Amino acid sequence: MAERITMETIQNIGILAKLELSQEEAQKAREEMQKMLDYVEKLKELDTDNIEPMSHIFPVFNVFREDVVTNTNEREAMLANAPKEQDGQFVVPKTIGES
Amino acid sequence: MERMRWDALSLGEKIRSGEVSVKEAVDAAYRAIEEKDAKVHAFLTLTREEAYRRAEEVQEGIRKGLYSSRLAGVPIAVKDNICTRGVRTTCASRMLENFVPPYSATAWELLEREGLILIGKTNMDEFAMGSTTETSAFGSTKNPRNLEHVAGGSSGGSCAAVAAGEVLVALGSDTGGSIRQPSSYCGVTGLKPTYGTVSRSGLVAYASSLDQIGPIATSVADCAALLELLAKKDERDSTSMDRSDLAGIGETVREWSKTVGEQEKNLVGVRVGVPKEYVNEHVQPEVRRAVEEAAEALALRGAEVESCSLALSEYVIPTYYLIACAEASSNLERFDGVKYGYRSKEYQGLHEMYKKSRSEGFGEEVKRRIMLGTFVLSSGYYDAYYLKALRAKALIKKEFDQLFSRYDLLLGPAAPTTAPKLGTSLQDPMLMYLSDIDTVAVNLAGLPALTLPWSEDAAGLPVGVQILADCFGEKKIFRAASCLEWDSKRR
Repeated sequence: MAERITMETIQNIGILAKLELSQEEAQKAREEMQKMLDYVEKLKELDTDNIEPMSHIFPVFNVFREDVVTNTNEREAMLANAPKEQDGQFVVPKTIGES
Repeated sequence: MERMRWDALSLGEKIRSGEVSVKEAVDAAYRAIEEKDAKVHAFLTLTREEAYRRAEEVQEGIRKGLYSSRLAGVPIAVKDNICTRGVRTTCASRMLENFVPPYSATAWELLEREGLILIGKTNMDEFAMGSTTETSAFGSTKNPRNLEHVAGGSSGGSCAAVAAGEVLVALGSDTGGSIRQPSSYCGVTGLKPTYGTVSRSGLVAYASSLDQIGPIATSVADCAALLELLAKKDERDSTSMDRSDLAGIGETVREWSKTVGEQEKNLVGVRVGVPKEYVNEHVQPEVRRAVEEAAEALALRGAEVESCSLALSEYVIPTYYLIACAEASSNLERFDGVKYGYRSKEYQGLHEMYKKSRSEGFGEEVKRRIMLGTFVLSSGYYDAYYLKALRAKALIKKEFDQLFSRYDLLLGPAAPTTAPKLGTSLQDPMLMYLSDIDTVAVNLAGLPALTLPWSEDAAGLPVGVQILADCFGEKKIFRAASCLEWDSKRR
């Protein structure tokens, strides 16, 4: 049997994923995730003992390059995308001393 | 120039010879868009002003002989998850609705350098998550062949733009079939190159180990010509590969596409397998027939065609969705409302800003995949789900290795059905995921695969066939595809 997804699990995932779900959305998410996990349960049929997990299809390790600056100063273009900006800085909520 | 009746290589030649000006080519693209896009909705952003400015520049460059490419001056559409400097790049998401990248993706930079002209950015499923272009936050794209049907996805906008004749070539991205399936639905030709062939730098990441940019066009030769320009090793993508074997591929395939008809037995010695799982009873009869007919066509040209088995095919969808969602949940962490992207209007403190910005900025399908991905990567479940999927991936890769020791190519459909009706696919996400059965294995194994149009179903919707090869086997694919392209036009 697949893992049983409880509302508590959904709340914990919401915290990890930084997503806020309404009660209704959370209920729907629970049902859908349950359905998906029941389906992927199928993989348990596969004997994968002694099979190394494959994250990359080609054996590529530690690709190095010289650390040289190739771009120019894009300060204005970067700041133009800021949701909130003041005096050439990104504005964010207070992060230190927050209760 | 009334409209563009040629393929991109022919248009490029006419531009080079002076028969057509770059401005006329750009005019024709925007005229077609004005005529059709209100209905098709392939584009999210048009870059008219910049396109005309570039047209002048490129025209002058061609006069001076600055461009070596045969595609200089040809208008192109680019999927909206590929960063284009100074041009809004939204991923069809509220999250990036106003995002203007300060740099270009390497893929676009390469084409821009060769004188291709950006006409606009195309619609897609939000963050490339979906199979119909209906998860776009800015409305769905319609299939130009029948406006009541979907264009497919996630590169639905790019494929529809080519199918509608708005442009002759476009860029898409393919994580689990997102170039090949909409190409099949819309009746155009699309290639997913071997993983690492085209730089992913500047492609907004969905699942980094599976994502690959590729060309969409009206002909096999145009796809090859674009691939040649795109396949450059890039220091900005550590998984980028040296594909100098593809130098000159555009010219080679162009020659093939003109001459394959004259030498009938041009596939002697080519071994082709047709996985029986791709043509089983769950497949729409017309789709199955198309694969059978294409198999016969290859055999008539001397290929040794036989049925084979991809026994693990029933495990590819669970494997794919576990890996893709895990990577997506990690990749999409960056959207926090701090430096760019959507920020909620009201929040108390930093944490709530993250939560509200993400919850309001992402659509339903994106949140669904982030949630699943977060779960399978979380402590206690990582081994059972994520690592299990990576082990299954190793087995799938091994099965392909065995198949490609016996066959040069595999043949199948790009989807079990033709394009579904609008509004029918999102009701049950599981069913939508299952429709990716014919495409996701290619991404898991890093293989190249191409879809080209073969026939039509009873409703007149296009039916495509898909050709797969082992890694780095694009040339073999193009050879067989050139033959099928010729044969499909003479059916």
